Amino acid sequence: MTGFAGTLALTRLALRLDRIRLPIWLLALATMAAASAGSIADLYPTESDRLGYATTTAVNVVARAFNGTLSSPSLGAIVMVEIFTFLSLFAALLSTQTVVRHTRLEEETGRAEMIGSSVVGRFASLTAALLVMAGTNLALAALIALALVANGLAVTGSLAAGAAIGTAGMAFGALAAVAAQVMEGSRAANGTAATIIGAAFLLRATGDALGDVADNGTEVTSAWPAWLSPFGWAVQARPFSDERWAAFVPLGLLIVAAVVGASLLSGRRDVGSGLLRTSRGPAAAPRSLRNPLGLAWRLQRGVLIGWSVAVIVLSVSYGAVANEINTVVGDNEQMRELMNQLGGSENLVKGYLAFIMVIFGLVVSGYAVQSLQRLRGEEAGGPLESVLATAVSRPAWLGSHLTCALLGATWLLALSGAGAGLAYGLIVDDPAYQTATMLRAGLVQLPAVAVIVGFAVAAFGLVPQRSIALAWSAFAVSVVVVYLGPLLDLPQWTMDISPFTHLPAVPVDAITAKPLLVLSAVGVALGVIGFAAFRRRDLRL
Amino acid sequence: MVSSLGDMTTAISVSDLVKTFGDTRALDGLDLTVRVGEVHGLLGPNGSGKSTTIRILLGLLRKDSGEVRLLGGDPWRDGVALHRRLAYVPGDVNLWPNLSGGEAIELLGRLRGGLDAQRRADLLERFDLDPTKKCRTYSKGNRQKVAIVAAFASNVELLVLDEPTSGLDPLMETVFRGYITELKQAGRTALLSSHILAEVEALCDRVSIIRAGRTVESGTLDDLRHLTRTTISVEASRPFDGLRKLSGVHDLVVDGPRATFEVDVSVLDPVLRHLADLGVQTLTSAPPTLEELFLRHYGEELAALNGNNHVSSGNNRTPGGGR
Repeated sequence: MTGFAGTLALTRLALRLDRIRLPIWLLALATMAAASAGSIADLYPTESDRLGYATTTAVNVVARAFNGTLSSPSLGAIVMVEIFTFLSLFAALLSTQTVVRHTRLEEETGRAEMIGSSVVGRFASLTAALLVMAGTNLALAALIALALVANGLAVTGSLAAGAAIGTAGMAFGALAAVAAQVMEGSRAANGTAATIIGAAFLLRATGDALGDVADNGTEVTSAWPAWLSPFGWAVQARPFSDERWAAFVPLGLLIVAAVVGASLLSGRRDVGSGLLRTSRGPAAAPRSLRNPLGLAWRLQRGVLIGWSVAVIVLSVSYGAVANEINTVVGDNEQMRELMNQLGGSENLVKGYLAFIMVIFGLVVSGYAVQSLQRLRGEEAGGPLESVLATAVSRPAWLGSHLTCALLGATWLLALSGAGAGLAYGLIVDDPAYQTATMLRAGLVQLPAVAVIVGFAVAAFGLVPQRSIALAWSAFAVSVVVVYLGPLLDLPQWTMDISPFTHLPAVPVDAITAKPLLVLSAVGVALGVIGFAAFRRRDLRL
Repeated sequence: MVSSLGDMTTAISVSDLVKTFGDTRALDGLDLTVRVGEVHGLLGPNGSGKSTTIRILLGLLRKDSGEVRLLGGDPWRDGVALHRRLAYVPGDVNLWPNLSGGEAIELLGRLRGGLDAQRRADLLERFDLDPTKKCRTYSKGNRQKVAIVAAFASNVELLVLDEPTSGLDPLMETVFRGYITELKQAGRTALLSSHILAEVEALCDRVSIIRAGRTVESGTLDDLRHLTRTTISVEASRPFDGLRKLSGVHDLVVDGPRATFEVDVSVLDPVLRHLADLGVQTLTSAPPTLEELFLRHYGEELAALNGNNHVSSGNNRTPGGGR
């Protein structure tokens, strides 16, 4: 077994490198599970509440598409259906990124070459990455089970729920190992893995949306597309109903097949390159590539295209269901109150539309942070040294990337508002007015996004080595405040930390200038601080 | 050390330059003068401060104290204007993974203010570089070639080259040397950091040897040779008894009619007069190599390294320091 020599050492190294990242992810996901379980128990305290939830969601195509099908009207099953989509998607992303990071990314940094020349077998790096990924998912499954048991749910069901999420994560991690052998680089491997996850989600969503409601009015049988998706298989474990452990067999077979496939393929490629040949590029640069702005656009356009597609799909589907929101919430008093709190309106549809625009504000902040992450990427071990040794000033370079991020964010907000407005407008037969209204509702988010952008630029100027983590933290705080703030009854000062709290809830409220101007001013001030600090500091290469 | 700041014959003048990274004093009073039209070698081992010096000269790092002038300007304040007149090849060339080599070359040239298309084509051919490959697929040597082609194809007064050949094979190194020689003939100026002594010896008019962030020696190779010893092997008919008593003669080994010894260049004349009386039959003399110069300055570190395996202070890597 010399092919595996050094696996243990590499596994330890990977765990050492991830010693902060992985625990944070695991803790965050487990906390999410615990918080959701707690709040759902409060929302549906009685048998009839749960039956009401089951009957309304069973006939609601949108709820089935997003959350999947409910296996029974028990509290545990409701918790499972509410947490599964979110947690399994994150488990899948965490797994694929972990595998790619410890295989292809290590090769790209050149560290793998150094390690490969020591006493390390051919399969060691892949095996170590898979071991870390599998261990992470085991830990996640255990933590989720613990979180559910701690909220008073049954042990068997909690274990099945944790296992369903962890196994789904493992399956996508194993598929990412295959992608890592085939694709030309770590970025492409991560992209392919994310596409597989997206496709699996869509298959599951389509299958569940097309499913048939059983005679009892609460159970839904999924249509065939769901059976093509690992997410669909994991749901078949039916935690808190009649746990079917056999559902894990197909997932196990998929994991084994993917691992074997990745190992076989790994022997057929060279370190640093995938089985697919890298395509060639032009021998000369296009005219657009002649100044810092052209360069920034070239580097960022791919990311923006990806986000645009996602935003269009999401906004159209969110908009299309707006009119059904009354049936979803229906006569559930607490749900109605929650929506009121979130959207701030008696008119449920308008409240819902205002609420989804805040979600798009957050989504677009995510884009902006990812886009500005490039600042540090270009600086640390990147080509910034060469660029700043040409006739490009630091403000010009920083300004170019900032311009791309801000214009991209504006474009995505407009797209999300117009998409949701158009879809809703077509259904209520008022497309022009609704599109215009929602376009404004989307663009109203821009000042709040600008605060996050300003914060990211300030962090880059002042503490470059920590800037990426800080920018994502600002994003995470905003997300937590918007999602969990009303549920957890956070005090107002905590809510005020997020810039999104201060926005007028368009289309419920009229657009007021003051909060928008104040938020914009904060964003600009943070940006100015970032520029000034970046001009004064050393490059940290 | 610094001769008239800002005068037209001085391309780079640095005096008493200090740069610290946290507790590490990367540059500790460094001096450097590069005259217009010369190829100047910056010689020193890893971590001696070569890259830090160059990055301060390019305004990428901020000096703590000292004087720095580059092409008559202040590199921190007037960076953009100065950068139009120079080209830089970093020691570790990082490029954009999804741009092709050709795109990267042209982009860097354009950002600098334009590049000569004919020269670019010649350079690509002579360096045997495929410009259609994506930068992510290039080896270290090929990435270095991208930066070299972009720099040489630009019409600039000054080239700043940080260990530019560390990834090139010997054939490409020869091509590189050819271009530097051509450049020198065209009256351009270059600052070339290196730890490859043969390269510096072959290309540079003047050399500054730095160690632990200080300049320990600076001058033409001839100047520096005067500070050291020439090796002489001689065969003579009369005994070498008197030779031992002459000052400036070292490491004398006598083997019958043959003798080998080293002699300080400053006392070469009296030693040769003495030898003339001994009935010399054959005589060979070898001038000191740069390597010997270098080793003399780093001798104690070398001894420390050989004696025990501790790395001595001069070899400490600094955060912003070179490779």
